[in-house]
Amino acid sequence: MEKQLALQMKGITKRFGSVLANDHVDLDVYRGEILAVLGENGCGKTTLMNMIAGIYYPDEGQVLIDGQEVVIRSPKDAFDHKIGMIHQHFKLVDLFTAAENIVLGVREQGAYNLKEVNTRVAGIAERYGFHLDPAKKVYDMSVSEKQTVEIIKVLYRGADILILDEPTAVLTPQEITRLFNVLRRMKEDGKSIIIITHKLNEVLEVSDRVAILRKGEHIATVNTAETDEAALTEMMVGKKVDLNIDRPEPMNPAVRLEVRDLSLKNAEGIQVLRNISFEVRSGEILGIAGIAGSGQRELLESIAGLQPLESGEIIFHNPKKDKPVTFFHKSLKRVKELAAQDAFHDVNLNGVSFRGMSNKAIRKWVESGGVLFREDEIMNLRNKTPLEIRELGVRLSFVPEDRLGMGLVGSMGITDNMMLRSYRKGHAGFLDRKKPQALAEEIIRELEVVTPGVSTPVRRLSGGNVQKVLVGREIAFTPKVLMAAYPVRGLDINSSYTIYHLLNRQKENGVAVIFVGEDLDVLLALCDRILVMNGGAVTGVVDARQATKEEIGLMMTRTSREGREEDR
Amino acid sequence: MSEKRHAEAREPLVHLSKRASIAPPMAWAIRLIALVLGLVACGLVAFLLVDKLREHPERVGDFYYCFIRGAFGTSRKFWKFLRSLAVLLCIALALTPAFRMRFWNTGGEGQTLVGVLGAIAVDFYLGGKIPEWLLLLLMLAASLLSGAVWGVIPAIFKAKWNTNETLFTLMMNYVATYLVSYFLVIWIPNGSSSLSKLQNGKLPALGNDYLLIILIVLALTIGLHIYLNYTKHGYEISVVGESVRTAQYVGITVGKVIIRTMILSGMLCGLAGYLIAAGMDQTVTTESAGGQGFTAIMVSWLGKFNPLAMILTAGLIQVLHQGAAQISQDFDVSGAMPSMVVGIILFFIIGSEFFINYEIHFRGHGARAGKEAVK
Repeated sequence: MEKQLALQMKGITKRFGSVLANDHVDLDVYRGEILAVLGENGCGKTTLMNMIAGIYYPDEGQVLIDGQEVVIRSPKDAFDHKIGMIHQHFKLVDLFTAAENIVLGVREQGAYNLKEVNTRVAGIAERYGFHLDPAKKVYDMSVSEKQTVEIIKVLYRGADILILDEPTAVLTPQEITRLFNVLRRMKEDGKSIIIITHKLNEVLEVSDRVAILRKGEHIATVNTAETDEAALTEMMVGKKVDLNIDRPEPMNPAVRLEVRDLSLKNAEGIQVLRNISFEVRSGEILGIAGIAGSGQRELLESIAGLQPLESGEIIFHNPKKDKPVTFFHKSLKRVKELAAQDAFHDVNLNGVSFRGMSNKAIRKWVESGGVLFREDEIMNLRNKTPLEIRELGVRLSFVPEDRLGMGLVGSMGITDNMMLRSYRKGHAGFLDRKKPQALAEEIIRELEVVTPGVSTPVRRLSGGNVQKVLVGREIAFTPKVLMAAYPVRGLDINSSYTIYHLLNRQKENGVAVIFVGEDLDVLLALCDRILVMNGGAVTGVVDARQATKEEIGLMMTRTSREGREEDR
Repeated sequence: MSEKRHAEAREPLVHLSKRASIAPPMAWAIRLIALVLGLVACGLVAFLLVDKLREHPERVGDFYYCFIRGAFGTSRKFWKFLRSLAVLLCIALALTPAFRMRFWNTGGEGQTLVGVLGAIAVDFYLGGKIPEWLLLLLMLAASLLSGAVWGVIPAIFKAKWNTNETLFTLMMNYVATYLVSYFLVIWIPNGSSSLSKLQNGKLPALGNDYLLIILIVLALTIGLHIYLNYTKHGYEISVVGESVRTAQYVGITVGKVIIRTMILSGMLCGLAGYLIAAGMDQTVTTESAGGQGFTAIMVSWLGKFNPLAMILTAGLIQVLHQGAAQISQDFDVSGAMPSMVVGIILFFIIGSEFFINYEIHFRGHGARAGKEAVK
């Protein structure tokens, strides 16, 4: 069968202020093919597709559909030309049913007949192999079901060209397989599918051709059958990249943090964490896998002291065995109490008793470094605020998911952001900016942060550089436990590898690292063990050196039905 | 077909884009242009409404000269200008810590008014019975305390129950006004309509009646600049203002910061009230704050919450006010005309912020503008 052109883009250029998002991009899409648009974050993939979907208008260039030049100025124009886009962030009304969402905004002759809509929706679903109940409300749906609604919505409007923006980012491996089957059936039906992605294995699996964008430029379009991961990466990044992630063996692992039976309800009273128990060891990376919103964020926030727990314990093992006692985080009274419990020994391993000694003499002895801990210190962090946790001397670092909304202050420069953790130091009411500035300069140098200066608001930096600043700060406090939530989300390949490298270095230094990730390939390559969560509960812990993606994928959805019904 | 028509009209005539940043000289040029356009617009409106100007168009120069004469015409006017500027600036400074925290304190008017009331109450009951210096100190304490109480009430509600501070502080203004009315009923002897000037509790003159107030506010400006930018408290205010979640993440107790900052904000409003009571009026009316609590919001906002820049914005607004008063005197106009003059110019100045934040592209020029920007 001869290939028929569906869509052509010629010399498409788009600028945002001084940023050139797309630079004279030419792209052809045929009928009955799946075209992958591949590129790193920020290379202009989504911008390009938004111009076909009527969200943006190109500064220069032409769009041709079936050989005729068209003008697409709004999403409605796009629909008139049978183009439909499924955005990364779904645009659905939660309170409406699937069918109601699908007909929303469709202008048809005749009365609004929901029954007929339901029949048509069911017809489309059956034709392409979707599973969807048209009468189900969106708020009851899983992410994958919502995506199905979005796809059917554009099919319902008769789209022949479908654009999917990062459709697999939120799906489990099984759901991805199902989605790809649907896409293949649509292709056989003569539809043109464009999928925007940065995941190489998916490109190779599902697409017929791949268009590679880099920094707004169209680098090449190649037939998928004639290429491989290494070649695609090289075109994407512009140079050869080693895609292997190091995984050093854990050194002397010892339990550093224990979570026991932790449960949490959110502000609306919904159970978000159920009886979670696990432990993290020093010198290892514990991965946390799960569909977005399975309780990963709440779990890390609970450990960091940001959530009022319903029940459970968070036990921190401070590696103090045979280390000198200091007054840094302890009062004299507390030291005396601990001595009475026989918690210390002296350099010759004899028990320490302060009986009959004056406070002055005790102070002198402790400050000389002659009083040592017998065992590691055990501390319960339950219901402690972040400040109290720090005052206990627990070095817990946390790289939150929301970098600019929680980890950093967007309007402040790097120096002021370094102070967030440490500004309280010293008794004077005034700030000391000298040390934070030195730290800022060190992080800029060490992690190669691209910024005009230490006082440029971090909001103006690129995603990768923002993350380097945040991770750099959290590592600078020589943590014993380092928690990172989606630390490579939105980062380009090089920045991602910088972050993996930093986490590995922490692991080698004996830090217990918790890594919440979404890319199972990365989790399997980087972590030592992987904890899988679903519906706020732990559904399994696996050895990352043995486990397979499919295995983890099953755990990510295991007991999901039961979990949902319990809520009602 | 409509295809062709489409192709011609494909690019919208104008479209807007947010600027990533703007060079300060450019921003100042835009503000200056706005000021000039505002003055021109004022002239046009005045030409329509002011009889004397219409009959004698040659006096247009005089009209504009009023803005200079109003504030700088005589040495007395100049001192008065500086003192009014100082009081307005004092209230604006008071609001600024709250604004930096994104706590929209619209209650400066009421907080200042209770400050006046507190001082006058002490003066009314103790004036003449205790030494003057002690009276002045007690009046100061009463002002600061009243202002702080007025400020902290909405803050407590915000911290505990997350109530809307804008409405709450605004409503507190009315409570303050009626509180003053209540006390006036008690204090004023039958037959009189207002409380006559009290004999005691007057700030000492430093050379003249104006200088002391000016110096106090100048010191406060510098002090607040340091407090906001170089102290731990100021840093906490900025963090809470930018993101409550970041503040929680680093262990800042957000409620505590809100309450502490609003005590300060209310207290400084109270100080402004003290300056009005002990430094100028020696009496209280429901109009003692005279709307300055609202004008101060604009001073603070136009000054980008920067205490030093607010000296300029307060000065500008005071020049406009005194200029407008001069116009009404020289051109025999009364009523709303002077307020209109001030309003028109402020409209242009505030409007200019739009052009500082956004860039406008015209059809066909977009591509070129983009290329220039790349260079």
